[in-house]
Amino acid sequence: MLKSAQPAPIIDMSKQTRHLLTQLAAHILLVLSAILFALPFLWMLSTSLKPDAQIFVLPPRWIPQPFMWNNYPRALTYIPYFTYFNNTLYIAVFNVIATLISCTLVAYGFARINWPGRNILFSVLLATLMIPYPVTLIPTFLIFRQLGWVGTANPLTWPAFFGNAFFIFLLRQFYMTIPTELSQAAKIDGASEFAIYWRIIMPLARPALATVALFTFLANWNDFLGPLIYLADKQNYTLALGLYGFAGARKTEWGLLMAAGTVTVMPIVILFFLAQRTFIEGITLTGTKG
Amino acid sequence: MTELASPARVTPHRARSRRWSRGVRHDLINGLLFVSPWLLGLLIFTLYPLLASLYYSFTDFNVLQPPKFVGAANFIDMFSQNHLFWTAVKNTLIYALMAIPLNIIFSVCLALLLNLKVSGMSIYRTIFYLPTIFPQVVTALLFSWMLNPQFGLVNALLKQIGIPGIGWLTDPSWAKPSLVVLGLWGIGGSMVIYLAALQDVPRHLYEAADIDGAGALVKTWAITLPMISPTIFFNLVLGTIEAFQSFTFVYVITDGKGGPLDSTLLYGLLLYRNAFSYLHMGYASAMAWMLALFVILITLIIFKSSGRWVFYGGESH
Repeated sequence: MLKSAQPAPIIDMSKQTRHLLTQLAAHILLVLSAILFALPFLWMLSTSLKPDAQIFVLPPRWIPQPFMWNNYPRALTYIPYFTYFNNTLYIAVFNVIATLISCTLVAYGFARINWPGRNILFSVLLATLMIPYPVTLIPTFLIFRQLGWVGTANPLTWPAFFGNAFFIFLLRQFYMTIPTELSQAAKIDGASEFAIYWRIIMPLARPALATVALFTFLANWNDFLGPLIYLADKQNYTLALGLYGFAGARKTEWGLLMAAGTVTVMPIVILFFLAQRTFIEGITLTGTKG
Repeated sequence: MTELASPARVTPHRARSRRWSRGVRHDLINGLLFVSPWLLGLLIFTLYPLLASLYYSFTDFNVLQPPKFVGAANFIDMFSQNHLFWTAVKNTLIYALMAIPLNIIFSVCLALLLNLKVSGMSIYRTIFYLPTIFPQVVTALLFSWMLNPQFGLVNALLKQIGIPGIGWLTDPSWAKPSLVVLGLWGIGGSMVIYLAALQDVPRHLYEAADIDGAGALVKTWAITLPMISPTIFFNLVLGTIEAFQSFTFVYVITDGKGGPLDSTLLYGLLLYRNAFSYLHMGYASAMAWMLALFVILITLIIFKSSGRWVFYGGESH
């Protein structure tokens, strides 16, 4: 209280300079961290365009001379990039569609219909989120082995039709925010639950659906352990697995390897810039509503 | 459940209760129909595997022959004979104790910086967030190139400021810190979450503190951190579970070997190797259950401790 009784201008002055100093310090720290974060990415690009001889030059050169654009076609033919790309795209798109179908239905059952036993089953769903995946990994592998699916992409795709606990939870939270009056009005008009789900809830849930689609796509595009366990034939490899195989075969050809890495990342970087808002809003949604 | 669904016997209410109970039955059928995909998945891909792996953990099982019951032999072997098991436990604990706190500290600090309403905030946010969408394989290969002891960028830059080269991934004492650094490149995701939490902190708290003449540090310590503590708590639980299961980075970097000298043999890697390289499915299942019990224990401890440091006074938490 005493402090606030001091003459106002002095407070303003010191406050202003302090504010400026904080901003300056924050900017310096942010620029430094941003450089640190961007370095690996820039280094990957730089290496991917260097001729072999320049890769090992010390001190390192950032600008390749000349630009070896040729590294890219070489990398793309060394790994059958388009085959891997298609395989990965197939798995990712399949998962997006199947996850959207299953999770939106299940979330509707948990959020918009009041039935006995619902809350208990929902607690079970939340509990399954905490199970470490190695516990279920081996018997799941054996199930697919029994089905004769090991060596095919099926174990990486079909399970998506059974829903994903995390996305069900996410969608359920979103559905809960839609006013019940909308459903009730439709019910009075004689609409079935499925009609309400399809005509009222789904259109309103579009932002949440975009989040689920995006993160499902990303998770499957980047997945390594699943393809490592289930895919045996090179014809079926995904990009992540193919890139790993490439690294094993040509450990020291960093130019080619970084070119292959860049083309693996490129599709999702493009996706990121196309859907940046959905990404940032989505991760906020997933993080804080937990 | 049955009580609600059975028709009421009392006559005056009969008509109404009947309609109501039919409604409940109707809702029950609809509800179950809607959740049935997940319910089936729960049975096939969660409950059955849980029970099966519990059973396998007491067997000797190499996939080709049916499992042979061996009692607690797998667990006894783990605790008394298998030194690799303890190497993996020790490595994982050291890794987790470095990675988890550093991840939280750095991501909170970055979020605090971005929350200062500096100009160009969205550009910074994009730069920090972008690495988190990278496939782990790419990140792992990129860092094994940058941390290459002879020609890597990091040692080259260190040399320019007079620091002698470090062995990073080839030196047993630096290999684990190198993995931690790799993980730190991906803190952008939790940073975005903290940033959202920071933006939810009510303004009036800071205004009240301003009137009392509190400085920036005091405000951060007394208002900001308590207000975002539920988010820190959430990230701590998730980060812990993740750290104890980490696999891909170390598998790709060490080519599945956990080298040098087993210094990066993490628990997940040893488990994978037992299951899919040696086909010791029984032993691997036992390892998986030990991991599950350990994770549950740690989570319980974090939850128990949360009463002391997590502040649930915020809105909508």
